[in-house]
Amino acid sequence: MVAVIFYFQVHQPFRLRRDYRFFDIGANHFYEDLEANEGILNKVAEKSYLPTNNLLLELIDRYDGKFKVSFSISGVVLEQFEKYNPQVLESFQQLARTGCVEFINETYYHSLSFLFSRKEFKEQVLAHKKKIKDLFGQTPTTFRNTELIYNNDIAEFIEKMGYKTILAEGANQVLGWRSPNYLYQPIGCYKLNLLLKNFKLSDDIAFRFSNTDWDDFPLRAEKFAGWLHSINGNGEVINLFMDYETFGEHQWKDTGIFEFMRALPYEVLKHPDYEFLMPKEASQHYTPLAKIDVPYFISWADVERDLTAWLGNPLQDSAIEMIYSMENAIKSSKDLDLIHTWRKLLTSDHFYYMCTKWFSDGDVHKYFNPYDTPYDAFLIYSNVMNDLMETIKKRGLLKKAI
Amino acid sequence: MEYCRGDQNDRNVKIKFDNSKVHPMKVLMFGWEFPPFISGGLGTACHGITNGLLHNNVELSFVMPTKRGKELNTSLNIIAADEVPHIEKYQQAVRNTNKTEFLELDSVFSISPYYTSETYREFWHHFQQVIESKNLLEEYHGVLQFTGNYGSDLMDEVNRYGFVGELLGTIEDFDIIHAHDWLTYIAGVAAKRSSGKPLVIHVHATEFDRSGENTNQQVYDIERYGMENADRIIAVSYYTKNIIVNRYGIDPDKVDVVHNAVNKHRNLDQLTIKSHFNEKIVLFLGRVTMQKGPDYFIEAAYQVYKKIKNVRFVMAGSGDMLPRMILRMSTLRMLDRFHFTGFLQGLDVERMYAMSDLYVMPSVSEPFGIAPFEALLYDVPIIISRQSGVAEVLKNAIKIDFWDVNKMADWMIKLLEDENLAKSVVEASQQDLETVGWDSAGFKIKEIYESVINNSKI
Repeated sequence: MVAVIFYFQVHQPFRLRRDYRFFDIGANHFYEDLEANEGILNKVAEKSYLPTNNLLLELIDRYDGKFKVSFSISGVVLEQFEKYNPQVLESFQQLARTGCVEFINETYYHSLSFLFSRKEFKEQVLAHKKKIKDLFGQTPTTFRNTELIYNNDIAEFIEKMGYKTILAEGANQVLGWRSPNYLYQPIGCYKLNLLLKNFKLSDDIAFRFSNTDWDDFPLRAEKFAGWLHSINGNGEVINLFMDYETFGEHQWKDTGIFEFMRALPYEVLKHPDYEFLMPKEASQHYTPLAKIDVPYFISWADVERDLTAWLGNPLQDSAIEMIYSMENAIKSSKDLDLIHTWRKLLTSDHFYYMCTKWFSDGDVHKYFNPYDTPYDAFLIYSNVMNDLMETIKKRGLLKKAI
Repeated sequence: MEYCRGDQNDRNVKIKFDNSKVHPMKVLMFGWEFPPFISGGLGTACHGITNGLLHNNVELSFVMPTKRGKELNTSLNIIAADEVPHIEKYQQAVRNTNKTEFLELDSVFSISPYYTSETYREFWHHFQQVIESKNLLEEYHGVLQFTGNYGSDLMDEVNRYGFVGELLGTIEDFDIIHAHDWLTYIAGVAAKRSSGKPLVIHVHATEFDRSGENTNQQVYDIERYGMENADRIIAVSYYTKNIIVNRYGIDPDKVDVVHNAVNKHRNLDQLTIKSHFNEKIVLFLGRVTMQKGPDYFIEAAYQVYKKIKNVRFVMAGSGDMLPRMILRMSTLRMLDRFHFTGFLQGLDVERMYAMSDLYVMPSVSEPFGIAPFEALLYDVPIIISRQSGVAEVLKNAIKIDFWDVNKMADWMIKLLEDENLAKSVVEASQQDLETVGWDSAGFKIKEIYESVINNSKI
């Protein structure tokens, strides 16, 4: 049998106000652009989350449990659902009740915390775990780090935390000649299994679907299923990982993306050797083919599939160093609101907005960037960070922490 | 040669004052900016100069490219170039009504760079009569387009502005022409040619201040053309006069220096402005461009940052060097105590001064530089570069060479740590400031006008 595994990332950051000025530092502690956050969330909910959830419910129902998917929904977007659009949350809960949907664990704040503080990382993973349990009634056994950021250390750390499965990018620099279409095991791990994204097939849907210059345009479910079927005999798992907003937001409704998805299960299941599985099931059904060694960090971002979308220029590096330098002082306050405020600033998107490599992936960065330039993003972020710093200074927390 | 100081001079002033009551001197002044349409110091300076002249009983018509259809809050007679009827439309109008008559006029236009003021005036007189007799003014009210910005078609606008200058030279009534900076020199020279009246040009900045050694040849040529064709040149500082003499080959006797001043009032009471910081604030306020030396400020700030904790730095303003400055600052990891505000205007500027404990102007080349005056209004001690005209006026300010980052840092630390020293620097500089004002600048300019007019009559 060959398993097709769908995994969708659902995430929206708490964006900062674009008018948070130097003069606000020390005087104004409202950092978030409430209007933009609510507006974007509702727009994406209407265009993508709600119609796609309905479609998935319909498909799960029609194929009587044979169609399965998985989600990683960041804690910060779950909070925004609770705050701005509970209907979306309810429809995810409805999906949870079908038993055909797995909810994957990640860092609550969609952060880069593993790189900067293992302590913070662990706390965020556990916070997210609890949130999933509370909202969806599942105790996750699969982990996916922010934006598929991964290396050997993360795998070992996650194994120690008791997880069975981890997801990562099937990056060329890791796989070399090997196929992403098998279950692997991270080097140094004995229990944890590794599922690697088939980025060719995933990106056919996520990026190329509506590209009229693409040779395979227009992509129909039958053709795509044909590509999946051609793997039979050369693979066991086909990992289709993508942003959930692919449906209806990155690929608009009029591209036919919903019709494609509606037709896909039928086309895939036509082949008797094919099935849909959730990551936790695939991890149980198959035995790892080999150990995979990933000493350097990889991710699913940009053509480089590394960390350069979030880190590497002085804007990003200095900002992230400063925000993590405040960890002990912030936590020593034991003030949950203050800690929450600080943690929302750890969300990776803030650093993504400061990316200056406008070349190959500039368009993608620009599309997701509420700021005109990375410099604007940096200045707003550092104003906000300085205000938070003033707060902890005024509360005498800085000395305590040192 | 020139008026000498003393009793005789005082008497002269009195006589002139009486004369001006009978027939006040009339100036046709060309500018590019005027409040509220300002993007730099030029508009502010023109505002001050015109006020100073008005207070000295000089009548002014101030020409600017556009006032965007708005009425400006000033008692000046403002002429917007884009509201001046377009000559080509007149040509067309006349052409349509009387072909034969216009043919000869057309030939005058076609050789326009070479006409003498006599033939031109003759022509215009004739031309206007034709137009008025046909009552075409209302019907053909075409105008030239101006943005008054510094955009990509700046050269075109400068040339079109020259065309308007030529026209105004013939139809306006005035005794002398005064043109501010290179953008208006072509218009000034054109008005001189068409009117035969003397021209004074006012140099607020040269291409060497704006671009260092990478000068724009076209701009340089226009500047030189203006300087050579002017009857007299006013430089905003001896620093600028030196550049005019050394870089443009102008006779030093042709160049007078009139320092700029500052409006001596502030809108904000310092006590109402509360800084939210415990730390002292060191301010850079100006365009973030090469000639303002923002990079030297950052390097000096870094030395101070490492030595004393109780200080923050603010770079206020925007410009083409801003991204590089942000990168440099973040590379030096000063972001917990170094801030960028972007472009500030209005009350925010005053607020920024009021919050500050030290103002630094590390200009690489600054013809004058009015910002230190503003800082002093808020009792902020200042460090200014020797490469600025304002250093000639503020004799008691702390002065450094813009490139001497170590000394700049040393002075920052001294002034931040020694409050008595800071206070004495402020007080001494404020005393320097007492002697400068727009009215006295206006008085000096009026004197220059008079000597030019008298010379031209001889």
